[in-house]
Amino acid sequence: MSLTDDLNEPLSDAEVTRRKLLLALGGGALAAAGLGAAITTLEYMKPNVLFEPATRFPVGRPEEIAPGSVLALPRQKVYVVRGPAGIYAMSSVCTHLGCIIQHRRAAGQKEGFFCPCHGSAFDLEGKVVGGPAPRPLDRLDVKIEGGKLVVDTQKKVPPTTVLEV
Amino acid sequence: MSFLQRSRLFRSIVRHGLPDSVRNRALVTFTNFFLHIQPVKVRLRAMQFTRTFYLGGLSAACFFILVVTGVLLMFYYHPSVPRAYEDMKDLEFVVSSGVFLRNLHRWSAHAMVALVMLHMVRVFFAGAYRPPREFNWVIGVVLLLLTIGLSYTGYLLPWDQLAYWGVTVGTNMAAAVPVLGDQIRFLMLGGHGVNENALIRFYVLHCVVLPLALTVGIALHIWRVRKDGGLYLPPKG
Repeated sequence: MSLTDDLNEPLSDAEVTRRKLLLALGGGALAAAGLGAAITTLEYMKPNVLFEPATRFPVGRPEEIAPGSVLALPRQKVYVVRGPAGIYAMSSVCTHLGCIIQHRRAAGQKEGFFCPCHGSAFDLEGKVVGGPAPRPLDRLDVKIEGGKLVVDTQKKVPPTTVLEV
Repeated sequence: MSFLQRSRLFRSIVRHGLPDSVRNRALVTFTNFFLHIQPVKVRLRAMQFTRTFYLGGLSAACFFILVVTGVLLMFYYHPSVPRAYEDMKDLEFVVSSGVFLRNLHRWSAHAMVALVMLHMVRVFFAGAYRPPREFNWVIGVVLLLLTIGLSYTGYLLPWDQLAYWGVTVGTNMAAAVPVLGDQIRFLMLGGHGVNENALIRFYVLHCVVLPLALTVGIALHIWRVRKDGGLYLPPKG
């Protein structure tokens, strides 16, 4: 049998249809595999176990926190304040760009919180009193369970919420 | 010398004769891997210093210095929370030439960002982004973003206060993206804060992913300069 140069022969309709089908099948399979690989790789990049501090934790008995005092929990990034109306917890993460605010109590200055990164200032209730912060500090859920205060940093509450003790 | 050039070893490496004819001079460029990105012939007008101020070439030279010094720094640096800051201090005060290499890496990085920006300005004012070179402008923008990405990921690695809070602020800016912001931040950091996961992620991006992408990008960029007709020259007159 002699070889023929079939590249020069015109394609029949059946061949065109077959090529289109094979192209669609092959292309579709590659696209599906590529999409699957992209999704699983993205999932891989999201850690399932995190070695971060617990978001729900006890902070002690309410009577141990003296009125007018501010309890700093740097690891959990929380301040627990006992004001005149009661106890409340606030996130110590600045609402501007996420630096950690510092409690400030100096003679001749109003007590409050101050962010070292861009100079945002908050009063003891977490209201913005200066700087670029767009909203008050996040107030966090505090409950008494078995006589102990328990803070949940995942639950945000309205900025006027106070736990009466 | 001519004896060496006639040796079989030399002829196996350099396959053309002395550059004493037009053909051989062209072969010098054609047959050399490192020279073949150059055109065989260059117009005198294209060689003027004020044509390009060598800004693209200087950016590439900075990248070369950064790869060499970066690889050397990697021999002492451990991307872990207990070691990163200590290793950076050791490079500064204990390792021979460590402070020189670290500063060379740092200043080359600053220079590269500046040179890439100036290169972009030069190309813009020359009008060299116009057809047929418009896609090479797009590649150039990608190279600029990769350069800034390298600068940003390298910022965290000393693991000092500036690095820590700089990346805290930077990733919170990424979190300001509508809808997906928090997820982007979580993916960047591998957690909810700047911690050990963030350090290893930035390290891998800084030392492997971004330099590889930039190398491929630079190759494409220079290749396209050739294919798009070489350096843009304004019409005479």
